[in-house]
Parts: sequence; C-alpha cells; structure tokens
Amino acid sequence: MPAAPKSFQSLILTLHNYWSEKGCVILQPHDVEVGAGTLHPATVLRVLGPKPWNAAYVQPSRRPGDGRYGENPNRLQHYYQYQVILKPNPANMQDLYLGSLEAIGLDLRTHDIRFVEDDWENPTVGAWGLGWEVWCDGMEVSQYTYFQQVGGLDVSPVAGELTYGLERLAMYVFGVDNVYDLPFNDPDSPLGALTYGDVFLANERQQSEANFHGWDVAVLKQQFEQMEEQVPLMLARSYKNETLVLPAYDMVLKASHLFNLMNARGAIAVAERASYIGRIRDLCKMCAQKWVELQEAA
Amino acid sequence: MPQLLLELFSEEIPARMQGQAAKDLERMAREHLAAAGFLPEALKTFAGPRRLTLVAEGLPLAQADRKEELKGPRVGAPQQAMDGFLRKAGLTQDQLVEQNGVWMAFVEKKGRPTAEIIAEMVEAIVRGFGWPKSMTWGTGKLRWVRPLKRILCVLDREVVPFSIDGIESGDVTEGHRFMGEAKPFVAKDFDEYVAGLEAHFVVLDVEERKERILEGCKTLCFARHLELVEDQGLLEEVAGLAEWPTPVLGDMDPSFLDLPPEVIRTSMRTHQKYFAVRKPGQPGLAPHFITVANIEAKDGGKVIAAGNAKVLSSRLADARFFWDEDVKTGFEPWLAKLDGVTFHAKLGTMAQRVERIVALAGEIAPLVGADVARAKEAARLAKADLTSQMVGEFPELQGIMGGYYARHFGLDAEVAAAVQDHYKPQGPSDAVPTAPVSVAVALADKLDTLVGFFAIDEKPTGSKDPYALRRAALGVIRIILDNGLRLPLAKFGKEDLLAFFADRLKVTLKDQGKRHDLVDAVFALGDDDLARIVARVEALDGFLKTDDGKNLLAGYKRASNILKAEEKKGPLPEGQAEEPAADSAAEVGLYQALRLLDRPLKDALAKEDFTGAMAQLAELRGPVDAYLDGVFVNDPEHRDNRLKTLAAVRAAMGLVADFGLVAGEGPPQSLRDSSPRGGAS
Repeated sequence: MPAAPKSFQSLILTLHNYWSEKGCVILQPHDVEVGAGTLHPATVLRVLGPKPWNAAYVQPSRRPGDGRYGENPNRLQHYYQYQVILKPNPANMQDLYLGSLEAIGLDLRTHDIRFVEDDWENPTVGAWGLGWEVWCDGMEVSQYTYFQQVGGLDVSPVAGELTYGLERLAMYVFGVDNVYDLPFNDPDSPLGALTYGDVFLANERQQSEANFHGWDVAVLKQQFEQMEEQVPLMLARSYKNETLVLPAYDMVLKASHLFNLMNARGAIAVAERASYIGRIRDLCKMCAQKWVELQEAA
Repeated sequence: MPQLLLELFSEEIPARMQGQAAKDLERMAREHLAAAGFLPEALKTFAGPRRLTLVAEGLPLAQADRKEELKGPRVGAPQQAMDGFLRKAGLTQDQLVEQNGVWMAFVEKKGRPTAEIIAEMVEAIVRGFGWPKSMTWGTGKLRWVRPLKRILCVLDREVVPFSIDGIESGDVTEGHRFMGEAKPFVAKDFDEYVAGLEAHFVVLDVEERKERILEGCKTLCFARHLELVEDQGLLEEVAGLAEWPTPVLGDMDPSFLDLPPEVIRTSMRTHQKYFAVRKPGQPGLAPHFITVANIEAKDGGKVIAAGNAKVLSSRLADARFFWDEDVKTGFEPWLAKLDGVTFHAKLGTMAQRVERIVALAGEIAPLVGADVARAKEAARLAKADLTSQMVGEFPELQGIMGGYYARHFGLDAEVAAAVQDHYKPQGPSDAVPTAPVSVAVALADKLDTLVGFFAIDEKPTGSKDPYALRRAALGVIRIILDNGLRLPLAKFGKEDLLAFFADRLKVTLKDQGKRHDLVDAVFALGDDDLARIVARVEALDGFLKTDDGKNLLAGYKRASNILKAEEKKGPLPEGQAEEPAADSAAEVGLYQALRLLDRPLKDALAKEDFTGAMAQLAELRGPVDAYLDGVFVNDPEHRDNRLKTLAAVRAAMGLVADFGLVAGEGPPQSLRDSSPRGGAS
C-alpha cells in the first residue's frame, strides 16, 4: 500500500488514485458555482437514464450563508467535497468505500467506523435516497446514499453516491483542530510548507463580507428571474436533434446559487423560501426529463 | 423435531426500525406457518444492525395429508357455473358427488414438503415486508430497507433452496466487519449460528447487547468513581448501532461545564449518542462521556476516545456559540420573529398564539392566585425561545432554554420559572407545575391548544392524536387536581371540549381505581369544576360502598322506574306533595324525612361537604324502603300525591348525582360502555 497522505492535496491525490483504480473516470470540478458535489451534471444528470457511469471528482462547494469571515475553525462558505458516483452501485460498494478510508490511512481495527441512518434529500433538485452518514470515532466523515429519485424521476439502475467532506476528513486524519492550519502541500515542498489558510483565508474573509453585505439584492433577484426565464427557452433549442440540456442545466445551477446568495443576504422571507425552492426544482425537473429522453433515444 | 433457521443479512438497518422489524418478522412467519397448518413449538426473532434472524423449533418435514371439501354449484345450476367451478378447482365432473342438492368434491391433498412451503414463505415475507422506508439497489427490483446481501435458510440442517431476485439461499453468513477473521462462515442450525456469531464478534440478541453496554458503562464508571446517567431511549438506540458494543470512556473539556447540563446532555445524546456521567451525590455532570463503539480497538480505544472527545468539543463549542449569540439577541427580537412562524395554517402564527395565551393567562391568573401582570408577562415570553439558536438546534430544549435565558437577563424569578415550566407536565411521569404564575401559563398554553384545535375540528380520533390533545387535556386535569384549583372550565371551552375533559378525567380516575359510571353520574349535573367533580365522585364512591348507599340506590331505581312508567301515560303531576294522612305511617315517614332532609342537604352541598350530603341522603334509606314496600303508588285516590313524593326523592338525590347513571347490581356499566355520554373517546 502506498504511504498514507500527509497533506490536503495528497489526500485528494490518494482518493483520485484509489477510485481511478476502481474504474472511475476522474473528472475535474464543474465550473459553475454549486452548493454541493451532487449538483455537478456528472451526478444529477448522469445518474438518470439506463447507461452505466462511474466517476469521481472534487467539487468546490459554495454555501454563502456558512461564511464566518475565516474566524470559525470548522465552518467555511467555500469548501471541497470529494464525490464518487457508481451506477449501478456495485454489490461491494461498502467494501470499496471502506477501502478508500484505509487508503487515506485510517486503520479500521483502531478506529470506530459506523453507518448511521441518514436519509438524504435535496428538494431543490427533487432528489432523495436512502443511506447513512458514516462516522469515524463519532465524526461524520462521509455521506453514503443510494439514489432513488433525482429531478422527480426514478433512478434506475440505482446509483450509489459517496460524498467526503474533504476539509473535515483531512482535519481528522492529520489531527488538526483548525481548518486554516491544515497542511495544504507537502511540508518538504521546494515552495515551502503552505497551510489551508495561506491558500484560502483571504477568500473566506472577502467572500463572507460579499455574501452577507456586498451583493446587490435587486441585481441578484433580477438575475435569478432571467435565468429562470432562460431555462425553458434553452430547452426549446437543439443541435442536431439534441436538446440543449447541459446549457439549460447550467442555468438552473446559476439560479440555485443566486438563490443561496439572496438567502445569505437575508433577502428571502421564511414564507418565500419554499416557493423559490419549488421554482428551482421545477426547472431542474424539466432538464432531468429532457436528459432522460435524450438518453433513451440514443 | 426439525428446526428452521432464517437470517436476512443486509447492509446497516436503521436502529430505530430494528425492534419493529423483529416483531413483524415473527408475526408474518407465524401467519404463514399457521396457514400451512404448522404450529412451531417455539419461534423467536432477533434484529441487529445487519441482520434479521428467525428460529423456529419443532416443525415437521412435511405437511400432513389433508382432505378438502369443496362445495360446487347447486344441482341443476347452469352449465356455465359448473364449468367455472371445475376450472377453478382443477377437477372433472366425474369427481363430483351429489349431496343435499349440491355438487361436492372430496379432494385428497397430499401434504407438501415443509422446505417448499418455507421457500414460499421467505419469498412472501421478503417481498411483503413493511419497512417504514425501503429502497431498490443496483439493477434489481427487490425492495428492502438497505441492500439485502445474503439469505441463510436451513431446515433440519439442510439448506432450503430458493432464490429471490438473484439472492440464492444458503447456509453461510458473516460476522463482524472488522474484528476476528472477518470472513463468512457456515451455520447449519441455531446453536452453530449463535456460536459462530460469538466467535466472529457479533451479539445476536438485542437484550444481551443492552446488558453488555450497561455493564461496560458501569465498569468504566466504577473505575473512575463516576455514575452513569441512565437513558433508556439512548440505550435502545445504541444497541441497534453496534454488533459488538464496546463502551469507551472519554474526557470532555471541563470548561464546557458552565453550559446548562441539559444542553450538554442533549448535545451528547442527539448528535453523538453518548451517555453522560456524573459524580455520585453531586449535581450537574462530570466532564466525561461514554461512547459505545462497535469494536474492541487494537489500542484499547485510546484513539476512539480521543477522536470522540474532539468531536464533542466542537459540538459543545457550537452550543456555546448558540448560547453566546442568544444572549446577545434576547427576548424582544425573538418575539418579533414569531410573526413569521406558522403555528397551524388555520390557527395563525405563533405570534397570534402568544397573544391568545397572554389573554388566557390574564384570565386564569386571579383564579389560581397568580399575579396577573407576571402571568401575562411570562405568557408573552414563553414561546420566545422557539426562535433562539439553541432551540433551533435542539427543539427538545424549548422552555428549558427560555428559563435559562430569562434568568440570565435577570427577569423576575416567577416569570422565569413559568417560562421554563409552562410545557409541563409532558407525560404521566413529568412533574406538575405548582408555582401560581407557572400554573397560569401552563394552563393557558394547553387550553389555547385545545380550544384552537377543537374549533377547527382537529379532534383526536381513535389512535390518531397528531397534536397531542389528549396529553394537553390530561395536563390540564393534573394541574388542576394536583394543585386543588377551582376553575370553571366552561368559561374556556364549548360542550365538545368539556365532554373531552370528562372523558380524560374518567381515564385518570379509572387509573386511580374509580368507576366510570360514577364520573358520568356526577358529570351529568353539568358541573365544570374538576376538583368538585372529583370530590363528589369520591364521596359517592364511598357512599355506594355502604349498605345504606347500596339500598338507597336500589330504592332510587325502583322509584325512578315507577316514575318513568307513569311518565309514559302522560305528564307527571307537578308541585309539592301534600302531607299524607296520619294513619299511613310509611307515607308520613318519607314525607317527614324529605322535609327534614331538605335544608341540611342543601347546606352540605353549598359547603361542598359531599360526604356530609351523602350522610344526609343515607337518612332516606329506611323511609324509602318502607314506602316502596308498603305503599301502592297507583291507588287512584292518592296517585298524584304519591308520584309527587317519589319525584321529590328523585329530585333530592339528583342534587348529589344522577343516580340513574350509576350502575346497579350486576355488571357495572363501565364494563359495557366506556362512554355513555357519547363524548369523544
């Protein structure tokens, strides 16, 4: 077994190598802001339709409301999720997952690994599944879900999803209490040792201020409505008989992020929340429907 | 006799579903076996994190041969009917015999091998299992709570062969994921199975897992001079989360002990499923915790303890953050937010509810000896903590946090206590508030709930009581009775709600061994004062246990029957009875007794001296008996006056209770009809 990772970046590389060996395509992050790795089209769209699909990727995840100006040791408005999607889920998926924990240096006879019920749902994309949060010594290190529905459509065959919260996992593996103290690279690097804070602290501070006070609510609202209008128009277009689902889905993601920003700005009343979420879900369902039609036609 | 062993081995089953799953498996198996004519000598099921297991002892290897009688169409019925019957039964007409004008078939059914029936049974159970939530996985269509991996099924040490959606039955299972060899093993009967599981670090029986946890916890505590804060609900849960439960004691940063102990315990319990510990004889918690791991770690659990301690620290840091934010915010901003919280679509926002509770608390306060201004202030603040960060995170701390924050802000002690205790009592074992301001707010809170949901016709039906209205009504009753309060309930609710209280009171009194019918007899007077009702019921109960009481009741029934019979013939005469002729001793006796009774009875009732009132009624017993035995009521000459006398007896007794509703000799009415008033049940 290769040596256990010693830094945030080598943790990612270890997971890449592991899942690559297990037959996943290793993707790069999607380039539209998303709140979770699940929203990458490589998950939300690819799990729909009959075709098999195995992929692993890192996805920067933006949660504007979680910004703490770099002052909270555990909470970030921008962080990384490691996402694995296996469709259909293999029978030994739990074993594969446990193998990945061993690969990053967790001894399964020393640590206490537990699968604790956690039924996942994401109402903005009309998705739900059954599974667990995986605990290591009482800390949730991953979410493990068997997708049952996405975009309101049945996921068949079923896709298994693994989501690792990378910072949290790294803090645990490296015994670090503050996320900004995480070793980002190899301490012996010719560049010199960098911490997570060296790389991201400024971003956290600036983005927190923008999320809570900077964004112009009127502009966000206007952009949200524009995106909402554009989705059906884009879905009405096609190229060589292929509906433009992927561009339309990007617009859904943009709308979703705009909603999150409005929410962080405190611009969404409690009573309006459900209606906004419903609007995004409807857009997402349209895309999911078209995607499935394309898959079945192909 | 052969033994059946069945194990359904899956990925991790949610802890909260395991207990019911074991029961369902047992019920379904018993039904299937009984339908096949099998009555196992013993049948037991088990549930754990990764397996449901059934063992049945004493099954035959085949069904007994059976004779079946099939009833066909009548003789002379249309041929279509005959054809249909033959097709369904798989018979030909020459196999039928005529019997009493009907075609009958007597079919010899060969008993089938038990293994065949078991194979069908397991498939039916697996496909029909009632998980609260189920899923499909991979490319299959089978539904289970989580992916089903293996089915072990042996009858008399032989595999019962079948396959369900590609899962082949066998005699192999797996033990602990990480401990021991972590390899599958063969089990051909229950003894081998249990021994194999033990050897592979799995405790099959949840009761044994619980014992193991408790013993482990106590051993750890003993060594550190600590005491476990027992928590049955948590024990049940953690026993469903580990196959080889191994308690590990960890240390908590003592600086967190300045948080309220409820917060620490809830954080430990909800997020981390830890047990709390304390120092014997000392208040509050000790700075340690016990987590129940699923493994005996190579290092004795050091890494596990340290890891969990770190997680707990970050959880408690969150809790402290909530506390700090909350004390920066305070009651007024929280109250403002209640405007945006819906209580119920038809009952408005939480802010509107608060207004109603304030008004109610103001009305109730003088009746319970509470300061009106304090009661209204406490009611105004009672729901504020619902929008605090801490209660947002831990909803079960509602009220408790409000109390802490009220004290933190230096609010009046009575107000703070009322904010804290106004949800009480939350169950039969929960304490009842006794401080007057707390009592006023606790009553206002529950009465608003009851009045509101009754007004929108959301009353409990059968086993459904989504808004816990029964608990609210019982809470009102306990607060009133335990504090000896005098509260005219009719002021607060309509007929249907009063009937609901009557019904709940019956349940309460029944739990204390009182008879339903006596409650009815007293409720029929239209009283809405629970304390008085109970005092009457108690006095009546005592009276009816005496000889006088029993006989007077019998007399009442006789008199009442005569009056009812006469009423059917026409209206009863009205007015006072006249003094009877002096030569009729029985008549004079009763007349005098009634006259002598009138004032002392009314005086006793006015003083609410119900035992005294009963003693007065006892004076009637002799005269009533003598009257009924010696006087012919329907004598044409004296009929009117005699009926007036009997009506006077009924009226006098009716001041105390409606004796017509009291069950006489024979089975008590309560056994036949739990709710003669037709109230909600």
